[in-house]
Amino acid sequence: METATWLPVAWYFVIGFGVMMYVLLDGFVLGLGILAPFAEDGDQLDHMMNTAAPIWDGNETWLVLGGTGLLAAFPRAYAILLSALYLPVLVMLVALIFRGVAFEFRFKARRGKRFWGGAFAAGSMVAAFAQGVILGALVEGMPLEEGKYLGGALDWFSPFSMLTGVAVVFGYALLGAGWLILKTEGRLQQVARTVTRPLVLVVVAFMGLVSTWLPFLDSQVMARWFEGGNFWWLAPVPLLALVNAFWLWRAAMREGRDARPFLLTLSFFVLGFAGLVVGIWPNIIPPSLSIWDASSPPSSQGFTLVGLAILLPIILGYTAWSYSVFRGKIQADAGYH
Amino acid sequence: MDALLLSRIQFGFVITFHILFPAFTIGLAHWLAFLEWRWLRTQDGKWRDLYFFWLRIFAISFGMGVVSGIVMSFQFGTNWAVLSERAGAILGPLLSYEVLTAFFLEASFLGVMLFGWNRVSPKLHFLSTCMVALGTLFSTFWILAANSWMQTPQGHEVVDGMFVPVDWFAVIFNPSFPYRLAHMVLAAFITTCFVIGGVSAWYLRRGVHVEEGRRMLKLAVAFAAIALPLQVLVGDLHGLNVGEHQPVKLAAMEAHWEHGEPGAGVPLILFAIPDAENENNRYEVAIPRLGSLILTHSWDGEVEPLTAVPASERPPIAPVFWGFRIMVGLGVAMLLLALASAWAWRRGWLFESRWLLDGWRLLSPAGFIALLAGWYVVEIGRQPWVVYGLLRTSDAVSPNITAAAVMTSLATYAVAYAVIFGAGIWYLLGLVRKGPQPFEEPPRTEGGDKTPARPLSVGEREHASTEPASTAPAGTAPTRTEGP
Ligand code: HDD
Ligand code: HEM
Ligand code: HEM
Repeated sequence: METATWLPVAWYFVIGFGVMMYVLLDGFVLGLGILAPFAEDGDQLDHMMNTAAPIWDGNETWLVLGGTGLLAAFPRAYAILLSALYLPVLVMLVALIFRGVAFEFRFKARRGKRFWGGAFAAGSMVAAFAQGVILGALVEGMPLEEGKYLGGALDWFSPFSMLTGVAVVFGYALLGAGWLILKTEGRLQQVARTVTRPLVLVVVAFMGLVSTWLPFLDSQVMARWFEGGNFWWLAPVPLLALVNAFWLWRAAMREGRDARPFLLTLSFFVLGFAGLVVGIWPNIIPPSLSIWDASSPPSSQGFTLVGLAILLPIILGYTAWSYSVFRGKIQADAGYH
Repeated sequence: MDALLLSRIQFGFVITFHILFPAFTIGLAHWLAFLEWRWLRTQDGKWRDLYFFWLRIFAISFGMGVVSGIVMSFQFGTNWAVLSERAGAILGPLLSYEVLTAFFLEASFLGVMLFGWNRVSPKLHFLSTCMVALGTLFSTFWILAANSWMQTPQGHEVVDGMFVPVDWFAVIFNPSFPYRLAHMVLAAFITTCFVIGGVSAWYLRRGVHVEEGRRMLKLAVAFAAIALPLQVLVGDLHGLNVGEHQPVKLAAMEAHWEHGEPGAGVPLILFAIPDAENENNRYEVAIPRLGSLILTHSWDGEVEPLTAVPASERPPIAPVFWGFRIMVGLGVAMLLLALASAWAWRRGWLFESRWLLDGWRLLSPAGFIALLAGWYVVEIGRQPWVVYGLLRTSDAVSPNITAAAVMTSLATYAVAYAVIFGAGIWYLLGLVRKGPQPFEEPPRTEGGDKTPARPLSVGEREHASTEPASTAPAGTAPTRTEGP
C-alpha cells in the first residue's frame, strides 16, 4: 500500500486512541467535580480531590496530545473543527482553567476555600457539557464545500448537541463514581455506591436516546451501521454495551471487589467510543471531509508517527508507574506524602 | 475592530500570561533539583526546608502554566485557522513532539514530586524532580523550534499554498533557533534567579529567615554573575543573527530610518520617539558609530534602513524600538548589580549593604519584564508576517469567525485570567511572606487529625494563613520598600 493511503488510517486510530484515553482518564477526574455536590462536607470534597491530585495533570495532557496530533496529521480538520466550534471550545477551555487551578488553590485558600470548591464543581460540569456539545456537533456533521466551512458561529447549537452535552455530564459522573469506589472507603465510598445505580440507568437511557435519534440526523453515522452487511458484525457492540451495563449495575453495590465497578465503567465507555469511531470512519469531519482529504503530507505524518511509536510505550510505562506510586485506598486524613 | 485585530490582541494577551509561568518554572525546576541534591548530599535540614518552601511556590506556578498552556494549544485552530491549515504540517509535528517528550514527562513526575515524598525512596524522588526539570527544557526546545521556524523558515516546500516539510533537520535547526534557545533558557534561569535573590534580600532586610536568606542570596549572586555576562554575549550574537535574516526587524529595533553619510556608520540611539508617518525620529539622542560597532562589530558597518522597504512591509516601530531598550537596559542593570554584589561578597559586606539588598529587591521582577519586552520585540518585529516573508498575519486569521465571537472570547479570557492569576499571585505572595518553615514529619494519624494532610498544606495549618486576613501587612510584595 502507498504510504499516503495507510498513514492517514494509522493516524485516525492514533487520534481515536488519544481521545479515548482522554475521555477515560480525564473523564473520571471531571466526574469527581460533577459529583462534588454529593459530598457531605468540605472534608469529603477534599478527600475526593486528593484521590486525583497527583495524576490529573497527566490525564489532561491526553487532550493536548489529541489537539496537537490533529494539527500534525489532519491540519485542515483541526482548522475547521476549532474555528467552527469557536464558542464551545472557548467555554471548555475556560472551564478547564477553573477546574485545574482549583486543585492547587483550594488547599492554599482559607476564606476562598468554598469558592474554589465551587470552581472545581462548576468547571468540571461545564467542561464536560461543552465536550458533549462538541461531540454532538461533530456527529451531526458540518456543512463543507471544497474544504471550507459554510456554517455560522452558532451552528453547533441544536437539540441533538444539547442532548449529547448532558449525556456526557452523566457519563463522566459515572466514571467518577467508579473511581471513588476504587480509591476510598467508608462514608465516601458509600456515597459513591449509592449514586452509581441511578447513574447507570440514566446513562443507558441517554445512549438509547442518542442511538434512536441518529437515523433522523441524516448524518452518515447511521448509514455506516446499516450499510451492506455492516449491521451484523457491528451489532455485538451495542449488545455488549448492554450486558456490560447490567454487570455494572450488579457490581455497584457488592462489597469487596472495589475495582470492578470502575473497570466496568471503563469498558462500557470503550464500547460506546468504539461504536462512534466506527460510525465516523472514514471521515474525520462528517459528512464529507475524509481522512485522506484532510491529511498532512506523509513527511509530516511519518515523522510524527516514528516519535509516537517510540515514545508512547515509554509514556504509558511511567504513567502506569506514577499510578502505582499512589495505588491503594487514599485515606481522608492520613498523611498524603 | 475586526476579527483580525481582536485575534492579535487575544493572542498577545494569552501568551503573555502563559510565558510568565513557564519561564519561572523552567528556572524553579532546576533550582529545586539543586536544592534536593544538596539535601541528599549534606543531610542538612535547611536544604530540605528550602526545597519544600520553593516546591509550594512551584506547584502554584506550574498549575497556572499548565492551564494557560492548554488555551495556547487550541488558539492556533480557533483564531488562526489558515495558519493551522497551511503550516500545520510543520507546526503540528513540532508541538506533538513537545507533548510526547515534555508534557507527559512533566505531568507524571510532577505528581510524585509533589505528593510522593513518603511513598518513594529519596533517590527516586530526586529522580522525579530531575525529570520535571528535564521536561521543562524539552518543552522549551520544541516550542522554540516552532516559533523560530516561523521567524526564519527553511527546510520546506510550498505546494498549493501549503508548507510541506522536506528536511526536518533543517526545519528544526533553522537559522535563528540556536540563538533563541540559548537566550530563552538563560532568560528563564535569570528570571528565577532574580526572584530568589529578591526574596532573600527582603528576608535579610527584615531580619527574618536570615540563615536561609544568606544561603540563597549567595547562590543567586554567584549564578547571576556568570549568567548575565553570558546572556549579554548570546544576546549580541542573537542580534547579529537578526540582522542577517530579518534586516527590517533589526532596523525597527534601532529605529534606523535612513543611511547616514557614507562611512559615518550607524549611531546608537539612546532615546527617540519614532515617527512612522514622517519616517524619522523625534527628540533623538544618539551616540555616533556605536550602533555600527554593536550591530556589525565594525566602526563603519551599515545596516539596511527601514526606508529600504515599502511601509507596508514594516512592523510597528515604536514598540519594537522601546521593547528592545527595556530588555537591554534591564539586562545591563542586572549585570551591574550582579557584579557589584559579587565584589561585595568577596569583600565581606554583601549582607550589610542596604543598597545592594534593596537593589535585589527592586530588580526581583526585572527578569519577567525583560523577558516580555524581548518577546514583544521578536513577535511585533516580525510583522506583518506570521511566517516570515511567506504568510501574512492578515491572511492567517480564521475566515469564518466574527468580530463579536472574538470580542466575547477576549472579554472572557480577560475576566477569567484576572480572577485566576490575581488569586494565584496572591497565594504566591502569601507563601513568600511566610517563608521557609521547619520540616515537620507528616501526621501519620489513623483518624483524629481531620485536616487534609497534603504535603503542601503541612506546616501551613499552625502558621499564619496565606489569605488576605493574615497577620502580615496586606499587599506586601517582595519588592516593597521599607524603612531601615
Ligand atoms: C531575562 C531576560 C533577558 C535579558 C536580560 C536579555 N534578553 Fe534578549 N530576549 C529575551 C530575554 C532577555 C527573551 C524574552 O527571552 C527573548 C525573546 C525571544 C528569545 O529567544 O529571547 C529576547 C530576544 C532578544 C533579541 C531578539 C531576537 C529576535 O528578534 O529574534 C535580541 C537581539 C536580544 N534579545 C538581545 C539581547 C541583548 C543584547 C541583551 C543584553 C543585555 C539581552 N537581550 C538581554
Ligand atoms: C512566549 C512569549 C511570547 C510572547 C509574549 C508573544 C507575544 C506575541 C504578540 C504580542 C503577538 C501579537 C503581535 C502583533 O499582532 O503585532 C504575537 C503574535 C503571534 N505569536 Fe507570539 N509571543 C510569544 C511566543 C510565541 C511562540 C512561542 C509562538 C509559536 C510557537 C508564537 C506565535 C505567535 C503567533 C502565531 C502570533 C499570531 C499572529 C500575529 O499577530 O503575529 N508566539 N505574539
Ligand atoms: C504558542 C505557543 C505555546 C503553546 C501552544 C504552548 C502550549 C502549552 C501547553 C498545552 C502546556 C500545558 C502542558 C501540560 O498539560 O502539562 C504548556 C506548558 C508549558 N509551556 Fe507552553 N506553550 C506555548 C508557549 C511556550 C513558550 C514560549 C515556552 C517557553 C519557552 C513554553 C514552555 C512551557 C513549559 C515549560 C510548560 C510546562 C508548564 C509550566 O512549566 O508551567 N511554552 N504549554
